[in-house]
Amino acid sequence: MCLALPARIVALLDHDTAVIDLGGVRKTISIELTPQAQPGDYVIVHVGHAIGMVDAEEAERTLALFAELAAQEGAAP
Amino acid sequence: MSQHMKYVDEYRDGDLAQRIAESIAAEVRPGQRYSFMEFCGGHTHAIARYGIAELLPPSIRMIHGPGCPVCVLPIGRIDQAIHLALQRDAIVCTYGDTMRVPASGGLSLMKAKARGGDIRMVYSAADALKIARATPEREVVFFAIGFETTTPPTALVLRQAAKEQLANFSVLSCHVLTPSAITHILESAEVRQYGTVPIDGFVGPAHVSIVIGSAPYEHFAEEYRKPVVIAGFEPLDVMQAIRMLVRQVNEGRCEVENEFTRAVTPDGNLAAQAVVSEVFELRERFEWRGLGEVPYSALKIRPAYAHWDAERRFALDYAPVPDHKQCECGAILRGVKTPTDCKLFGTVCTPENPMGSCMVSSEGACAAHYSYGRFRDIPVVAA
Repeated sequence: MCLALPARIVALLDHDTAVIDLGGVRKTISIELTPQAQPGDYVIVHVGHAIGMVDAEEAERTLALFAELAAQEGAAP
Repeated sequence: MSQHMKYVDEYRDGDLAQRIAESIAAEVRPGQRYSFMEFCGGHTHAIARYGIAELLPPSIRMIHGPGCPVCVLPIGRIDQAIHLALQRDAIVCTYGDTMRVPASGGLSLMKAKARGGDIRMVYSAADALKIARATPEREVVFFAIGFETTTPPTALVLRQAAKEQLANFSVLSCHVLTPSAITHILESAEVRQYGTVPIDGFVGPAHVSIVIGSAPYEHFAEEYRKPVVIAGFEPLDVMQAIRMLVRQVNEGRCEVENEFTRAVTPDGNLAAQAVVSEVFELRERFEWRGLGEVPYSALKIRPAYAHWDAERRFALDYAPVPDHKQCECGAILRGVKTPTDCKLFGTVCTPENPMGSCMVSSEGACAAHYSYGRFRDIPVVAA
């Protein structure tokens, strides 16, 4: 029910709809709840609406944290 | 899924999951037990599907919470939707998840449809609005369910219907609130009836928190002295959140931490919150399947939008309906019992023919265990 996926905005159609790309599938969604969304941004799509934005820097930071952990554990005897 | 999915695939890396598991195992204190509740069905599903339970040391127990909107939808509410379709000749539009939820008299929305009810599955609330515009001669009702993620889209269609003065459209609101349900689990009177499980911390909601932010949990963590770590729905997110919870417990901290920073901010989505508060107000009480009546745990439509409120428009009364006598969903939703403690599990009650709500949605504790975990219970015997 709360299934939502990150998708890239390909184009804005008007001020409250946009075309997104989700693993190669294109779909028109509402961006009324994320009026700041621009082409190239990743948004979280849920029941036909973008409900939030993906912060690319924070995403990198979380992944870096995982990688750091992997390196630490890998180095341990 | 042949194409790479950015922000999804990298959070499903099996090797990294092993690494995080090793670090969790190294950090748990010998002799100490850790019980964490994942509130959301999305986390329950991830834990079952990706075998996260097997990656954890035996001293960590994950308790499945009630955060599956389909699972907590009470029979009486589905009865109302069926009544609108069968007795009031309305077109009832609903998310696909609600179609198979068992209702009174052996019915479900699916079975009511087979009996001639005009019940239509929609992907989005906006689709229900389109149907109303296209069929002005019929009443069209959107059966709106869900937590804080689906509420803003419902609020948008209500606002749009009012703007267009769309006379034949209304919404049956069953939207519920996450923070009040978490509180209820810890302090409700029914705890005496069901007993209680010690909960050392919570894996906090993913997509709900995108909308409401991390701030609403602050009060909760402080007042109930329980750590909360908001986590994404991918397996690495869940593993990392568990690691952060173990650390909080070890260090005696009860804080709200955010693992899902790529999508969750302290304040959440303010545009979404604004439209929700414009259209909705708190309900004094709402029945949750399995939890009973929970005060201030749901939303109703504001009087300004009364014309588009199906409860007022059709003068609907609410009648609570008890679950099947042997159904253990109530105890399972509270984490007091596990799916296999229920006599109906896997025999009378299966995903194909669900009796209780936890078996209906793939995010329900019983359905998740049936699909991914039931063979785990059978000891492996060498041939």
